[in-house]
Amino acid sequence: MKIREVTLSTTPTPEAIADLRLGDIVYLDGLIYTAREGVYMRALEDKANIPMELPSQSAANFHCSPAAVIREDGSFDLGAVTATASFRFAKWLPEWMAKTGARLIIGKGGMSSKDYKEYFVPNGAVYLSTVGYGTGALLGRGVETVEAVHWHEELGIAQAMWVIRARRMGPFIVASNLDGDCLFERENAKIVQNLDKVYEGTRPAVLKRYGETDDRSDEVIG
Amino acid sequence: MISIDLIQKTAETLMDKAAIEIPQDYLDGLRAAAATEDGDLSSFVLQAMLENYEAAKEDRRAMCGDTGVPRWFVKMGNDARIEGGPIALEAALRRATANATTGVPLRPNRVHPLWRTDHNNNVGIGAPEIEYGFEPEGEWIDLITVHKGGLFGTDYRMLFPSDGIQGIKRFYLDSLVAFGKRGLACQPAIIGIGLGGSKDTCMVLGKRASVLRTVGSRNSDPKIAAMEDEFKELGNSIGMGAMGFVGKNMVIDCNIEVGYCHTGGMQMSVHAFCLSSRRAVARVFPDGRVEHRTDPDWFTDYQRRETIDWEPAREAAE
Repeated sequence: MKIREVTLSTTPTPEAIADLRLGDIVYLDGLIYTAREGVYMRALEDKANIPMELPSQSAANFHCSPAAVIREDGSFDLGAVTATASFRFAKWLPEWMAKTGARLIIGKGGMSSKDYKEYFVPNGAVYLSTVGYGTGALLGRGVETVEAVHWHEELGIAQAMWVIRARRMGPFIVASNLDGDCLFERENAKIVQNLDKVYEGTRPAVLKRYGETDDRSDEVIG
Repeated sequence: MISIDLIQKTAETLMDKAAIEIPQDYLDGLRAAAATEDGDLSSFVLQAMLENYEAAKEDRRAMCGDTGVPRWFVKMGNDARIEGGPIALEAALRRATANATTGVPLRPNRVHPLWRTDHNNNVGIGAPEIEYGFEPEGEWIDLITVHKGGLFGTDYRMLFPSDGIQGIKRFYLDSLVAFGKRGLACQPAIIGIGLGGSKDTCMVLGKRASVLRTVGSRNSDPKIAAMEDEFKELGNSIGMGAMGFVGKNMVIDCNIEVGYCHTGGMQMSVHAFCLSSRRAVARVFPDGRVEHRTDPDWFTDYQRRETIDWEPAREAAE
């Protein structure tokens, strides 16, 4: 299969999103903001005002914190950028998407197709996965400037909201589409067919774990 | 006497090298994997990673944005003397960790588990970990830094003698499949397996097997070495590659370390040292020489000794 490469704005049109196919390789142009547990808790639970105009400035929420430092003069030194696993943020994402109009959720490992169908598709949003993981140096090269860092005093550098200007930043992989299909689940379904053969001859442990299953289509997320 | 300033300066260099430069043994292993990979997506991922290592070195920026949790393994020859003693040594390693966090920069990953306090320098309670080992001869000190990713790909299980090798294989496959899906383990990885010890030392053995041994190294026990070969092949027969996509490269190498355990048990741990296998090593001598390398050479015959006393010279003569 030939892999297709797409350049996408971080304020994408509905048509551009609808055109994405599972497994496409994406490069991004425009503003991206990072948000993970610290930002979600501060914005949604503590009801702090989000210090950006969303989604007009950016519809791209990156589950990430960069390897970066804020210098004493207030400028930034940003090195590598990679994602953190997104499934832990499912608790906050529906409200976040409703509030911010995010259309591109970028992270590691994707979400479940249930998540996609329940709140990605109704919001016209898709999931982009980083590659690797992680191509931190390549993604770092795609950062033209750091526009702002919000809430770093309250949340620390790793949890702060970094606003970065991306210029052909990538690669990312399209991991969900507007039908709510999940790239990772598609791959899991292919791999699981081989597993009985691989496990042949092995034995379940004498001491069970409470709640343990031998269902190999099971996942540790979702 | 080994200069404490030289220790700190060397430690800062090691922090930088570990974060930026993929060790040659892992790179060779990944290139070999990329050459055999035929899954279209997993093949794309491996090529992107190879490009990423080049970009990191060219730009002198960290290879991965998650720069892991920096820690130190320190090994000393029996005759090593450090200026200021062990307290000065630990302070130097903590300073080097903090300085490199802003210098490289690294991500300040270390926070308080409950209050999430971040000192923005990767230093805090118990952080960085500093572990020690000793060798019978030498005036040198080996500084080894490892910045392992921390969240997925590691597991522990109490097995029993009746579980046997088939039980060990089962838990190995369970760990690879559970954390390989969606690429949570950031594979293909150096898989370390710890067998025996106690629950805590079993985890330590497995972690050290993954981070302190190189790709291509083999356990000195020929039967364990054969298991390492077999387990590498088994892991790569799952049909899963990078990011959990269909592929044939999950395990760059499999290293197994053992420790004597309770007669009734057979503890097992599995660890994955990821696509950014960050480790760097230097030997510092009292005369001011510093020799950099990437092989920690931790598991010497002395570390794996079974006898009460260590008298290899006499044994060799007999």
